[in-house]
Amino acid sequence: MPHAHHSTSVPVTVDDAKCIAEKGCRVCIDVCPLDVLAINPATGKAHMKYDECWYCMPCEVDCPTHAVKVEIPYLLR
Amino acid sequence: MSDIKTDIVDCDILVIGGGTGGPMAAIKAKEKNPGLKVVLMEKANVKRSGAVSMGMDGLNNAVIPGYATPEQYVKEITVANDGIVHQKAVMAYATGSYPMIQYLDSIGVKFEKDGSGEYNVRKVHHMGTYVLPMPEGHHVKKALYRQLRRLQVMITNRYMATRLLTGPDGQVAGAMGVNTRTSEFLVVRAKSVVLACGAAGRLGLPASGYLFGTYENPANCGDGYAMAYHAGAGLANLECYQINPLIKDYNGPACAYVTGPFGGYTANNKGERFIECDYWSGQMMKEFFSELQSGNGPVFLNMTHLAEETISEIETILHSNERPSRGRFHENRGTNYRERMVEMHISEIGFCSGHSASGVWVDENARTTVAGLYAAGDMASVPHNYMLGAFVNGGIAGRDAADYCASTDLPAYDPAFVAAEQERILAPTRREDGLTPFEMEFKTRRLVNDYLQPPKVTAKYRIAQERFGEVREDLSALCVRDPHELMRALELQSILDCADMAAAASLYRTESRWGLYHWRVDHPATDNENWFCHTLLYKDEAGKMAHRKRDVDPYVVPIPEEEMGAYHQLRTAAPLAAE
Ligand SMILES: Cc1cc2nc3c(=O)[nH]c(=O)nc-3n(C[C@H](O)[C@H](O)[C@H](O)COP(=O)(O)OP(=O)(O)OC[C@H]3O[C@@H](n4cnc5c(N)ncnc54)[C@H](O)[C@@H]3O)c2cc1C
Ligand code: SF4
Ligand code: SF4
Repeated sequence: MPHAHHSTSVPVTVDDAKCIAEKGCRVCIDVCPLDVLAINPATGKAHMKYDECWYCMPCEVDCPTHAVKVEIPYLLR
Repeated sequence: MSDIKTDIVDCDILVIGGGTGGPMAAIKAKEKNPGLKVVLMEKANVKRSGAVSMGMDGLNNAVIPGYATPEQYVKEITVANDGIVHQKAVMAYATGSYPMIQYLDSIGVKFEKDGSGEYNVRKVHHMGTYVLPMPEGHHVKKALYRQLRRLQVMITNRYMATRLLTGPDGQVAGAMGVNTRTSEFLVVRAKSVVLACGAAGRLGLPASGYLFGTYENPANCGDGYAMAYHAGAGLANLECYQINPLIKDYNGPACAYVTGPFGGYTANNKGERFIECDYWSGQMMKEFFSELQSGNGPVFLNMTHLAEETISEIETILHSNERPSRGRFHENRGTNYRERMVEMHISEIGFCSGHSASGVWVDENARTTVAGLYAAGDMASVPHNYMLGAFVNGGIAGRDAADYCASTDLPAYDPAFVAAEQERILAPTRREDGLTPFEMEFKTRRLVNDYLQPPKVTAKYRIAQERFGEVREDLSALCVRDPHELMRALELQSILDCADMAAAASLYRTESRWGLYHWRVDHPATDNENWFCHTLLYKDEAGKMAHRKRDVDPYVVPIPEEEMGAYHQLRTAAPLAAE
């Protein structure tokens, strides 16, 4: 059973201009209880890699530069 | 993923789950005997994991001198659970409650106090007064973390425990963990293990269809129940489901406990009250269900009648602590508490003793039926435990485990078991294509909704068992592409185990009890003659799911017959007009 490509809009976005991941920051990635954030290899910045979010907000609250914004996932918005 | 690294660590006590009860177990074990090596294994990161990830709005069940006595509390919980409780364990919680509040206060967790420095306790339950607000409840995890560091508890973040190891005599001997980012293995050998993996919150499928839009922190997917089951422990009263009255779609608590003391209440579509008490019980949920069926739904949380200062105070609490995204949810829909009632609904099912009465069987020392194995918090069988219960029982488990270690050697474990478990874990990584964890989880949970959601119909339960069996066969086609998906694949297997346990436990108890939680349409009456007992589900010698009854121990706090029905009279005598 080969796999289909199925895309969804992610509820958590990172402002690349504010994110300081290149200085070694990983705070949002560290704190996420569902481990759905990661460094985007294309930009070197944090991004939401998996659409599996509890809209709980440690990523946003703990980010030192206020780069993260959590929205309610579209299916339940 | 061919050559996977395996580390082996020896310790005295392994605590699995670094949310609420787990850290307290580790802390209290270390306080009891600082010489012990204590390892805390957490699937996420202890700094922000579990139900209290962002903090908490208040203690739901504080037993504070001057407001309630332990005896009163034990009585209340016994009555709210139709009498099926192990009172000694509830009493151990109730007497440990106040010392734990003082301890939390001493490590920097803040509670609401009045002008003279006394705790400001509020009434929400049917009979007593037990709710203590925490307007600054967002500091809980920080305070715990500081304490863990101070006591030198060894923390392993991002390791998911998958199975317990057992020794030659069936006693616990440690656990297997797998790193959620690298898939590296960690075998932790231990004299004693405390399970504190939280609720089984990913059992039913939320009505929104979003797998992670659950009431519980979705990391709590039932791993603890599955691990206890496979290690041979007994699980109590799993048919007593968790079903909560929640904000529709958002699936978070509407927080009648927070708003109730301010005058907020649950109302039908006419704005009328239909229940006298907002305390979450099976009977309350049954009234909620009937109101929806009667055409008076939806059901709402009404605060429109409250004064401006009161509403702003409620907003500050509800939009900043435990589920801070709630404000955003309401804003998107233009819901302002001043003008519009908040639409609520009945959640999908789960297991959680924090809010109902099921879980891995534990006695008053938090001991399970497996030697050396403890359980605490939402996954252990002490009913209506909530956050303070997780702390108190975690503490009890940690202290008792410390004593147990003193007279125990590190048990031998079976390397063949470890090898077989590694094979089970890695199987989905060995396939080029096949079924994804996402679709298998979606289907399992969709089936849970279709067939297991109460009212429980025997014919539907039999179909569920067949369908779950088919999904189980499909596990041989499960396929993952990276360590993250492997975590989800393992979680799916816990979810499937829990679904099977929910079905089997519900079919075993041929009566109705606990309101909506165990409403068997084919056995509508409560049958005290045959079923005034706990049910224990366990894995038998042949590896099959089996059941037995366990007597309810003699009460330590006697309950007069006429008080037993107090939670059955929740419906208002006549509809009360909105005030
Ligand atoms: C939204 C919400 C609001 C609540 N509001 C209140 C309130 O106002 N007052 C109150 O008293 N109670 C409240 N509760 C209940 C209370 O928070 C819980 O009862 C309590 O926190 C449970 O503690 P726990 O240790 O059992 O689980 P948790 O704190 O959830 O911890 C479980 C931990 O186990 C980890 N874990 C899971 N599986 C594995 C595995 N396989 N390997 C390793 N680690 C694993 C998880 O990542 C998690 O960190 C609320 C709960 C929720 C969800
Ligand atoms: S916490 Fe903020 S700054 Fe740090 S990696 Fe995440 S988005 Fe970037
Ligand atoms: S809101 Fe919670 S689950 Fe979602 S990305 Fe942020 S920390 Fe992770």
